[in-house]
Amino acid sequence: MAGVGDPEAGGGGKGYLAERGWRSWAFTLDHKRVGAMYLWTTIFFFLVGGVFALLLRLELLSPQARYFSDHAYNVFFTLHGSMMIFLFIIPAIPSGLGNFFIPLQLGARDVAFPRLNIASYWVFAAGFLVVIGSLVAPMDTGWTFYTPYSAKSAAAVTTLSLGIFLLGMSSILTGLNFIVTIHKLRAPGMTWHRMPLFIWGMYATSIIQVIATPVVGVTFLLLAAERVFGVGFFDPSKGGDPVLFQHFFWFYSHPVVYVMILPAMGIVSEVIPVFSRKPIFGYKAIAWSSMAIALGGFLVWGHHMFTSGMSPLANTIFSLMTFFVAVPTAVKVFNWTATLYRGSITFEAPMLYALTFIFLFIVGGLTGPFLGALATNVQLHDTYFVVAHFHYTMMGGTVMGFFAGLHYWFPKMTGKMLNEKVARAAWALIFVGFNVTFFTMFIVGVRGMPRRYAEYLPKFQLENVISTIGSAVLALGILVMCWNLLQGLRKGVPAPANPWRALTLEWRAASPPETENFHEIPVVTDGPYGYGTPKGPVA
Amino acid sequence: MDNALAFGAASGQAARVDAVFLLILVIGVFFFFLTQGMLIYFAVKYRRRLPGRDNETPAITGSPLLEFLWILIPSIVVVVIFYYGWRVYTDQRIPVAGATEVYVNARQWLYEIKYPDGRTAVNEIRVPSGKPVKFILSASDVLHGFYLPDFRVKMDMIPGRVTSLWVQPERPGSYQIFCTVYCGTGHSNMLARLIVMPPNEYAAWAAHGEGGAGEGKEHEPLAVRGERVAKNAGCLNCHAIGGAVKIGPGWKGLFGSNVLLEGGKTVTADEEYLRESIVDPGAKIVKGFPNVMPTYKASIPPEDVNAVVEYLKTLK
Repeated sequence: MAGVGDPEAGGGGKGYLAERGWRSWAFTLDHKRVGAMYLWTTIFFFLVGGVFALLLRLELLSPQARYFSDHAYNVFFTLHGSMMIFLFIIPAIPSGLGNFFIPLQLGARDVAFPRLNIASYWVFAAGFLVVIGSLVAPMDTGWTFYTPYSAKSAAAVTTLSLGIFLLGMSSILTGLNFIVTIHKLRAPGMTWHRMPLFIWGMYATSIIQVIATPVVGVTFLLLAAERVFGVGFFDPSKGGDPVLFQHFFWFYSHPVVYVMILPAMGIVSEVIPVFSRKPIFGYKAIAWSSMAIALGGFLVWGHHMFTSGMSPLANTIFSLMTFFVAVPTAVKVFNWTATLYRGSITFEAPMLYALTFIFLFIVGGLTGPFLGALATNVQLHDTYFVVAHFHYTMMGGTVMGFFAGLHYWFPKMTGKMLNEKVARAAWALIFVGFNVTFFTMFIVGVRGMPRRYAEYLPKFQLENVISTIGSAVLALGILVMCWNLLQGLRKGVPAPANPWRALTLEWRAASPPETENFHEIPVVTDGPYGYGTPKGPVA
Repeated sequence: MDNALAFGAASGQAARVDAVFLLILVIGVFFFFLTQGMLIYFAVKYRRRLPGRDNETPAITGSPLLEFLWILIPSIVVVVIFYYGWRVYTDQRIPVAGATEVYVNARQWLYEIKYPDGRTAVNEIRVPSGKPVKFILSASDVLHGFYLPDFRVKMDMIPGRVTSLWVQPERPGSYQIFCTVYCGTGHSNMLARLIVMPPNEYAAWAAHGEGGAGEGKEHEPLAVRGERVAKNAGCLNCHAIGGAVKIGPGWKGLFGSNVLLEGGKTVTADEEYLRESIVDPGAKIVKGFPNVMPTYKASIPPEDVNAVVEYLKTLK
């Protein structure tokens, strides 16, 4: 067994990847294989969703419809949003990296319910097949499905709703599995406050998934019932209330942005101490702020609806609550930054992406108050300002965290090392491209350009052209990154068990880990971030 | 009106929104440089200079004082921002007396304009400068939006419900109106103009009216039509207009008053309350009256409901 600080030992075998053939994957009970299947699937949909984004940017080069009809544009932004949200960003980190690393970080042999785990992958697969099936009459409602438009649209809204119902089901099963795993399968000696912070992030995430996802499932069933049986839940001409749909939808979809971001924050909390060689600053603050975000996130859904005719009193309460959810997020940023203080920092790709997460998330965070404050929300709601803010937090935040996790754990998952130079080049392109693409959207949003516009006033063209150029650079960066990942997978040099000399338990397993993860279940005697010397630096 | 950075507000109200924006911007830029500065400074200063000397860092694990401070300070800052945003918003939402009223109904993909005196128009609203204007908003098919970027306000337009918005245009000019709630294929072409005219020109236009796109004139003002609808529908059998109390609550002075409901709650009798009370009378029962009124949802179409509400406003 490779010990900590013995980076050369324990790599090179085939580990959990030894068995071959499709049955060994389709019926696997190994959390690592389930995680790997989720990763392949979600990255595939990330690339498809990205292609739709590029088509949108292409069309927006000119104020008038040039390459696509307005309807086609509307379909593209709906598919971009739905795929990125439901098929990539919600499942990617929790079901992909989470499945792979929760048992490893806990020192367990698998999740609590391995059969449920593979079942939830197949429910997920059924979900995305139904979603693909809905492309026969592609959706043009936006990923928010607002009624009454979605209740009346001729597109395959019912099919897509059922697809998302299945995806939600899979999400609930995975969340449940993780909660039980974290409660019951921690290695001997791993108290709650000795758990890695990625586990804390995943624990908070799982709670949200289990509590909030049923609401969106029911909402989509109601929508389907309205379309198929004509029951008037949301259509005012049948006695329904269209704003009720928005309440239901955001009661799920606001907490779910924390399903997207909390696991990424967990990854950043892992990477920063390892590459700074410092203990994480404020472990308990980071851990409990995840819980505070998860619970507070349930009380702020109304801030998506300040202009929906809700009473000013309700708006006031939602605005105030929203500002308080911002505080635990700020606490995390301060703690990560403080971790760097007097560290011994190196800038391998995982660290570059983790620092990028913090950098971009600060921008996303500081533009939040414009939208949380009522007066400016009424101005900026439904403009490109919101699009920019959302992408800074979700792409600049979650996706950068995901990339950090992919690069950080790549040696563990595949047993191969990545080409560091190519990884850094890809990072540079992504960083520049991202900011050029999305920062301009803040400006055009403040100038008044509404979102979801296939055609726009000519006075907004300059910003749109700049943004499209940025998106090409961003896409190039992502292509280079994907190429590098594939090259690493095919012919990377064998990875040692612990290339980053990290202290969390997954690095005590072989690279790639054996099917049972550990020959002997490790015993934990200390926290996961004991870097540095207690007496201060040796002179 | 289209300044490069949006500033260049078209009303005093909008200038106050810009002030909130600037406050948040200043605070944001300060914290941007503080946090990004620390991040970059630490990353550069504490980069590893000698390979191998990497476990010689101090084992600092936290500081309760710092945690306390960086919970407390952001909390104070966000409360300040919240308060200022709320203050300006509240002033924006409280309706002003004496506003020029304009009914705007949205459908895929145009805005139908109706003035209380019966004139109509499409996608072009004319109002006098220097006086508050209240837009009474509704929608016929799906959700739409009513966004006046120069005035920094917007409001959703919801089928089966009335929402409203007011502004005080100070400078004559032509201002953009956007639909901001996605409403289908023609969403991005659902544009309109708000034309603010000097009061004398407005008066001349209102007197002999035509000229704009799709403008027309109906035979009767809205309130007159409302009176006719109310009589034909039998409303006055139960509702007195002279101050007496019949089976239902009286109409005299009803609009804008505070109404005490069964269960002790109080509502203001605004457009939305009156509309709801016509199409769904059981939703809010006035204290002391029986819940016996039938729904007029099917028998009075939405534009006639607006006319009845307009008529109610005249019963002072």
